[in-house]
Amino acid sequence: MSFDVDIRKTVTSERRSFTLRVSFRTHARRTVIFGPSGAGKSLTLQAIAGLLRPDSGRIAFDGAPVFDGTQRIDVPARTRNFGYLFQDYALFPRLNVRQNIAFGLRSGLRNPSKQASGDEVERWLQAFELVDVAAQRPAELSGGQRQRTALARALAHSPRALLLDEPFSALDPELRDRMRAELDELLQRVDIPVLMITHDREDLAWFGDEAIYMLDGAIAERPPVLERRVPTRLKAL
Amino acid sequence: MDAPLWVTLALTLKVAGWATAINLVLGVAVGWLLARKRFVGRELLDSLLTLPLVLPPTVLGYYLLVVIGKRGWLGHWLQETFNINLIFTWQGAVIAATLVAFPLILKSARTAFESVDPQLEKAARVLGLNEWAVFFRVTMPMAWPGVLAGVLLVFARSLGEFGATLMVAGSIPGRTQTLSIAVYEAVQAGQDDTANVLVVITSITCIAVLLAAGRLAPAGRVR
Repeated sequence: MSFDVDIRKTVTSERRSFTLRVSFRTHARRTVIFGPSGAGKSLTLQAIAGLLRPDSGRIAFDGAPVFDGTQRIDVPARTRNFGYLFQDYALFPRLNVRQNIAFGLRSGLRNPSKQASGDEVERWLQAFELVDVAAQRPAELSGGQRQRTALARALAHSPRALLLDEPFSALDPELRDRMRAELDELLQRVDIPVLMITHDREDLAWFGDEAIYMLDGAIAERPPVLERRVPTRLKAL
Repeated sequence: MDAPLWVTLALTLKVAGWATAINLVLGVAVGWLLARKRFVGRELLDSLLTLPLVLPPTVLGYYLLVVIGKRGWLGHWLQETFNINLIFTWQGAVIAATLVAFPLILKSARTAFESVDPQLEKAARVLGLNEWAVFFRVTMPMAWPGVLAGVLLVFARSLGEFGATLMVAGSIPGRTQTLSIAVYEAVQAGQDDTANVLVVITSITCIAVLLAAGRLAPAGRVR
């Protein structure tokens, strides 16, 4: 498996203009893109997923382009077949866990029913220990259950790679460590190529078979020095 | 007052029902467009379509006569091509009510669509849904309470429409005379008994609509 990315994108808002110039290649099973917030990691990941159209350049997975500015190739997000784990999970709030997992398995204009079933759904409910909460809505879940639901939803339609957007930043610090170990274990079981973006060094240590560094919209040679955040417990002293 | 009461009531409900149905489709389409697409003249379009909210209904009625009247460009064309005449018909009343009530659903729908988290739509796209499926499975269900509120406002407004309807459709008992116009005619003719009955009927109908609204959108579902 390999990601081959070489893109440019200028994003302008009323107050500022940001130019992304990223070029990297990775063959690793698990790659982590590491950099401070505002480095352009999220834009890069969205471009790979097909949620953001680069101004120019090329994105290829396993040699096949999903975007190529000069050849006018732009495979829509729905057929790129990447799994995407959003930072705040983006679970559908009105659907229960079962419906969320079955969401991508059902085509057409109607959502899966509350009792949606099928081998894939049952398999992921069991694999991620979600059977007991299958009928609950996302708002009723714990942080860990929410993440497992989002992961199950992303994996249920058999993506060829998994893109993770800051997967632990929505969690409490205490939960974060536990979830890293859990995600690590789950990912080893499903054996799928992973590309993660993060600003947390711990994620780099856990998931970075290969590390790519980003700063100010470009690839950096060395890990950028991030401002060290003093843990709140120490601040109080 | 020549037409039986139930004929007037049925006509009023028919006109308001059609105006609401048309506005649901148009309001959702244009509201979504304004909320999700960036194009030149977007805010100008919004302002123009909001105009019926502030213009006197008689002015709107006049504009409508200019456009769909026998000598209006659209009215003339319809007459010549399809032999269709909209003036002094219940269909004309539907057009008047639709136009007058449109801003109400437009505002509600646009706000409702703007409040839908685009992240959820992105999540659906990545999961393999095409744009129609994203709209009907994610966007619309999330925006529905807001759109529904707009629909009920439109229905209530259409029920009570007076000025533009009178100018376009006139006041033909049994054919274009709606409840609000019948009340006016009854009072003008000094038929206080008829007016009393009409006023009570109108009030009961409106209360029924509001009760239905409460049942359709329980407080818990509107977020």
